[in-house]
Amino acid sequence: MEEKFRLDRQTMALRVAREFQDGDHVNLGIGIPVLASNYVPAGREVVFHSENGVLGFGEVHTAGEGDPDFVNAGGQPVSIIPGTSFFAHDESFSIVRGGHLDISVMGGLQVSEKGDLANWLVPERQIGTIGGAMDLAVGAKRLIIAMNHVTKDNQPRIVKKCTYQLTAVECVDLIVTDIAVIEVTKKGLVLKEVAPGWTPEEVQKLTEPKLIVAPDCRDVEL
Amino acid sequence: MPINKIVSSFDEAVADIPDGAMIMIGGFGTVASCPTCLLEALARKGIKNLTTVSNTTGFGSDVWKLLGYKFSEDMDILVRNGQIKRSIVAAPVSTIYQNTFEKLLRAGKVEVEMVPQGTLAERIRATRAGLGGVYVPTGVGTVVEQGKEKKVIDGRTYLLELPIKADFALIKAHKADRWGNLVYRRTSRTFNATMAGAARVTVAEVDEIVELGELDPEVIVTPGIYVDRVVVRPKEIKVDDKPISQEALESNRRMKERGSS
Repeated sequence: MEEKFRLDRQTMALRVAREFQDGDHVNLGIGIPVLASNYVPAGREVVFHSENGVLGFGEVHTAGEGDPDFVNAGGQPVSIIPGTSFFAHDESFSIVRGGHLDISVMGGLQVSEKGDLANWLVPERQIGTIGGAMDLAVGAKRLIIAMNHVTKDNQPRIVKKCTYQLTAVECVDLIVTDIAVIEVTKKGLVLKEVAPGWTPEEVQKLTEPKLIVAPDCRDVEL
Repeated sequence: MPINKIVSSFDEAVADIPDGAMIMIGGFGTVASCPTCLLEALARKGIKNLTTVSNTTGFGSDVWKLLGYKFSEDMDILVRNGQIKRSIVAAPVSTIYQNTFEKLLRAGKVEVEMVPQGTLAERIRATRAGLGGVYVPTGVGTVVEQGKEKKVIDGRTYLLELPIKADFALIKAHKADRWGNLVYRRTSRTFNATMAGAARVTVAEVDEIVELGELDPEVIVTPGIYVDRVVVRPKEIKVDDKPISQEALESNRRMKERGSS
């Protein structure tokens, strides 16, 4: 029997980054998404946006280093690069909501077969934080969700209908998990890639809605 | 008479803020973007039953001291003093740290109105711009739409969001002149520039006051008309030597993990 691999956080970020096209303006959420900034494919110029009012920034410093007046949305100090611009919060969300960002990448708790997203409230915690998630979900041209395929209790996170509080409806375009890459289409969820060692049938068993297996479904490309 | 919006102390800058006032607090959540000295003055004044408008509800000075900040107080100082009744906020709780606000919220001692961050910015901007409200696509189909008018415009559904009108806006900027013209530093512009002019009285805490004419007109971010008072930070601040809480130490460890990942 072939050994099954699950993509770790860095590898998921690497897979996400392959979606970035030359010239894209991209917002990365806290967690796995923000790691994707380290893996922009060679030869592609990508500009990162952060909700707190910046377009174009470089390397992330360790907490406590760098300029306290220059941080990303996770509060991590980042560095200025040629082309960096700063703006106020209302302008920052005009960029988000106005459809100017090519890609937004966020973490997820549940995604439905229609592309509804739930990612701001873990039911057990009862209190959550909306932050900028709802704006990013409705505003970006393309929304990519990076999350584990199942919960800690092995329950599917890709579901027919979200049972958690929604972030936005019919907003997700692509789901990158530790075992699969799935595209949300009008016809349904299309399984495009599987992690090495996994078959489409095995991915389906951990997914609530019926997956359409792409004719060219293949091992995840990194 | 020459216009002079510069006031000589933080206590004077907040002297007329009464019990029950609605106050916007600038910044993103990081202490560098926060009007620290104005919040300390409010804490000294001890006014109660405040409604605040802000992006976060504060992490507390211990968290920032561990990161080396001398000006380390954020909104948490008002929360732990029991001065807040209600918070209108985008990010009331943190995923890495249980702040004082979350504890009080769970104990039923404070109220919260959670607003998506972009909607919060736009409801504040609407006040500054004299608008009666704005139609936003954010929140449609979620808990946020409850009780709001919906309107379909060009085939897309929007929610009517109303302006947030505050009595005072307390903001942090980098430099000011006596007219109240402001410039900021880097990402510390954030909600500070958005809130300037969105309250009956806007008070700006700044690092430096410069002569009128010294700020390049091409780079002034907030024109002085939006600003009523300016007060300058001392160069140095006394740091108390109270022991750092275990919770803050734990949060610092998690933050460092995240920072290095």
